[in-house]
Amino acid sequence: MAVNPPARPSALSRLGTLLNAAWLRPVLFLVFLVVLWDVTIRVFRIPPYQIPKPEDVLVTLWNDWPTLLRQAIPTTIATVEGFLLSAVFGVAAAVLIAGSRTIESYVYPLLVFSQSIPKIAIAPLFVVWFGFGMLPKVLSAFLLGFFPVVVSAVQGFKSVEPDMLDLARAMEAKRLQIFRMVAFPHAMPAIFAGLKVSITLAVVGAVVGEFVGSNDGLGFVLQRSIGNFELPTMFAALVVLSLIGVVLFWVLDLIERMMIPWHASQRHDLVIAA
Amino acid sequence: MAARTLKLVDTAADQRRPVIEMRGVSKTYRTRDGDVPSLKPIDFTVAEGEFVVIVGPSGCGKTTLLKMLAGLLQPSDGEVVVEGKAITKPHRDVGIVFQTALLLPWRNVLSNVMMPVEVKGLPRAEYEQRALDLLKMTGLEGFERKYPWQLSGGMQQRVSICRALVHDPKIVLMDEPFGALDAMTREKMNVELQRIQRETGKTVLLITHSIPEAVFLADRVMVMSARPGAIAAVYEIPMPRPRTLDVLADPRFVEMTQKIRAHFSDAHID
Repeated sequence: MAVNPPARPSALSRLGTLLNAAWLRPVLFLVFLVVLWDVTIRVFRIPPYQIPKPEDVLVTLWNDWPTLLRQAIPTTIATVEGFLLSAVFGVAAAVLIAGSRTIESYVYPLLVFSQSIPKIAIAPLFVVWFGFGMLPKVLSAFLLGFFPVVVSAVQGFKSVEPDMLDLARAMEAKRLQIFRMVAFPHAMPAIFAGLKVSITLAVVGAVVGEFVGSNDGLGFVLQRSIGNFELPTMFAALVVLSLIGVVLFWVLDLIERMMIPWHASQRHDLVIAA
Repeated sequence: MAARTLKLVDTAADQRRPVIEMRGVSKTYRTRDGDVPSLKPIDFTVAEGEFVVIVGPSGCGKTTLLKMLAGLLQPSDGEVVVEGKAITKPHRDVGIVFQTALLLPWRNVLSNVMMPVEVKGLPRAEYEQRALDLLKMTGLEGFERKYPWQLSGGMQQRVSICRALVHDPKIVLMDEPFGALDAMTREKMNVELQRIQRETGKTVLLITHSIPEAVFLADRVMVMSARPGAIAAVYEIPMPRPRTLDVLADPRFVEMTQKIRAHFSDAHID
């Protein structure tokens, strides 16, 4: 009977633990997708002007990294500013809508109706109004990010148990106290759910803004590279864009954990939610 | 320790002054389909330190009664008087316990108990000692910094009882406080509540669907009839206190529960 040296199985099991690590799983899946992409191109002989090879994209990413990073800055700023605007105005609108039936009956149907307007169609209008530059991008990001915040926050504010409100009122709590001590913290998980949807949409909004009227940003890079059939550059810009989305989402997730550690979804260590 | 702040009241029921007076109180809800009477004119008085339990079928206006006492609802007619004052809005002299504990999950146990103190702007340091004493009395010492989700259902409900008592109200209103607990915890909580009531001397008005619970806890049981609600009967429960769970087998107890149950033989209780 051969006796294994104790170091080897433990090293093996350590490798096993590593492969099972939560953060590695999406990475492994990503590698699988890239391989699939490569194989598909080879098998079906897809020409590079339709889909670029993964290695070309990687090379472009490597070479154009400084440019892409520089172009990512205005896009990120527009995204974050648009997102912050939709967070502030979204929650404020939700407070009004949830707080008053009258306001709700006037505003809410129109708000839902306005969502069926394709925002991409009105983005050029912003350029007409505000010219080229930051403002139309920020507005476009805001417009896309606003609605999910309102819907989630309204739902959050409205889901406070009526008994809880009675209890607070019986304690002689004023309206503002009820909002501060009960309704607002109660709505936090729902608000964060809305904010997470909102931030990814804000990235889209910023890019749409750059599509229609901008001389910088990743949206501009995307449009120019499509025009010039520089598909590797376009794909590289898409990769950077997704990275922005992931990082912003992850930051938001971190803030959520710090702000609502009491919520059921935060009680055990979760895998990376992004 | 606890006795320092929570005074003991002797339970002689005779010459106590009234704390709650309902004078011809009725309630009618106005809806689109017309007026829906919820309570027929009701007259009753609860004396200081008395434990009154209301039993009745659903829709008999028990909760309406309780909300009027808390100042959350106005009677359509008549007068609700607490401590000699007519109640028109929420007031200091009341603490409420609902069927679910309704603790705020982002506050720890102590901070939940302190909520009425914060809302009312009472001196913090003084009442914090009282909150700690109450938690000790209800067997929650050592759990002050725990969060609600770390406690069992019975413990959560004890926290909510402490919260109802912290600002030292004259009366405690309880709306089916143990309805969400399992049968064994419920019995234990009944014994516990009796002890808390004796130690604090509070006037308690409790609503329940459980007839044994009513008889076990009450000095007086008020039986209500259904829609629109009215007082069908009032029973004095003469059994001495403190009552233990052995009382459940006492012939007087059994007789009393049967008498009360007879009121509901044709109506539904749920």
